[in-house]
Amino acid sequence: MIEFRSISKRFADGTLAVDGFSLVIPSHRTTVLVGSSGCGKTTLLRMINRMVDASSGALEIDGENVSSIEPVALRRRIGYVMQNSGLLPHRTVIDNIATVPRLNGVPRAQARARALELMDTVGLDRAMARRYPAQLSGGQQQRVGVARGLAVDPNILLMDEPFGAVDPIVRAELQQELLRLQRELGKTVVFVTHDIDEAFLLGDQVVILEKGASIAQKGTPAEILANPASDFVASFIGAERGKRALHLREVDGRRILVDGDGAVAGRLVEADSA
Amino acid sequence: MTWVLNNLEQIIELTLVHIRLSILPIVVGFLVSIPLGWVAHRYRHTRGLILTVVGLLYTIPSLALFVILPPVLGIPYTSEANVLIALSIYAVAIMARSMADALASVDPDITQAATAVGFSSWRRFWTVEFPLAGPVLLAGLRVVAVSTVSLLTVGVVVGVGSLGYLFTNGSQRGILASVLAGVVATVLIALVFDRVLALLGLWLMPWTRSERRARTSIVDPSRSATA
Repeated sequence: MIEFRSISKRFADGTLAVDGFSLVIPSHRTTVLVGSSGCGKTTLLRMINRMVDASSGALEIDGENVSSIEPVALRRRIGYVMQNSGLLPHRTVIDNIATVPRLNGVPRAQARARALELMDTVGLDRAMARRYPAQLSGGQQQRVGVARGLAVDPNILLMDEPFGAVDPIVRAELQQELLRLQRELGKTVVFVTHDIDEAFLLGDQVVILEKGASIAQKGTPAEILANPASDFVASFIGAERGKRALHLREVDGRRILVDGDGAVAGRLVEADSA
Repeated sequence: MTWVLNNLEQIIELTLVHIRLSILPIVVGFLVSIPLGWVAHRYRHTRGLILTVVGLLYTIPSLALFVILPPVLGIPYTSEANVLIALSIYAVAIMARSMADALASVDPDITQAATAVGFSSWRRFWTVEFPLAGPVLLAGLRVVAVSTVSLLTVGVVVGVGSLGYLFTNGSQRGILASVLAGVVATVLIALVFDRVLALLGLWLMPWTRSERRARTSIVDPSRSATA
């Protein structure tokens, strides 16, 4: 469990990026922080592994205040996956995945053996082990990034817009992969995105943020869709328009669902016949 | 040509001395510039000062340096040390800027990613920033190598044997072949050093081979410097 308690962050230039933020992130679930750019979501994420230190308030991981943990040691036990993969360009795929175990002093052969297993886990062909990141596609690089994040088998996996820079088809693939992985591994995932569809797809808990990292609404995707807490949330999730605004229409005695753009979305059927 | 053949033994001997004397300033210049470049890169406000002061060293004429160094350091005028220290200073003068530029060329996203996954700053410098600075560093080192090989010929004025001897000998005695032989041998050493460094770079930085294919349009700065 990760707990933010009245966390504030004022940067050196005086901007208040986070103002009195409190949130409980449950273990073994995916929590998605979603908001427009500049809302402070990445700052919040980086506080968890002390890439950013809070100006005030307390952040605890399983009851332990992170400010009492040495940052380098803390980071080595938390998986981190970022946009543009953040891979080391001068190391091969296998050595990139083995990076953090090697930092922790695991012998090279053992770290590489584990890295090969992780390539299977994230759906990478082992034949790519000796390639350099520049020789991979964007989607493959992100898979390597995820494998690196999982290499020390961390309880916590931080993901900072990890699928933001890949094309929509690959993104959908990677999202499904992550759902599968999460079903198998049950990590405490904290995921940052500006894409509400991605948030609803991946999040057990979705936290919608406004400027200054103030929480506009948090809950399961169903709760948020069923009952947007404010006009901001309604507009952010697009509840009144597009693919989310489904309404019924009767055609030949059957009930058809039509979305806000007027396109036919599907049929309304009983749950047990679905 | 006859002169060259008759004096081949001496030319070869001078060439070997020249090679031996060139290596030390190149190595010293490289090593000393690492901390200087690091400080200039890490503490941005020192960058201007460090690089300007170090750069000014290069503007001191070598003859002046040969005269100033011995009394300051308590070494004889005609010692190898006098020449080697002077050339090391020039090497640092060029290399410190290359080092700072090389470190600045590393993508900050990558260093930040390295920090985020748990590199300590010491380890990150040696295993991430330094190797990734390699290509720019190598370009600088190739300039230093060629410049040192060429500057070393001046050492002959304080009696330190090198291919420079062929210049003074040739001009004093009116033997054009001697001067030409000196020039050719110096250029050859410079070319060999340059190639060795380039190959060393390919061997030590295998990842640049895969990147090169994607970025062939980028001009190799060291290539133009040696031309």
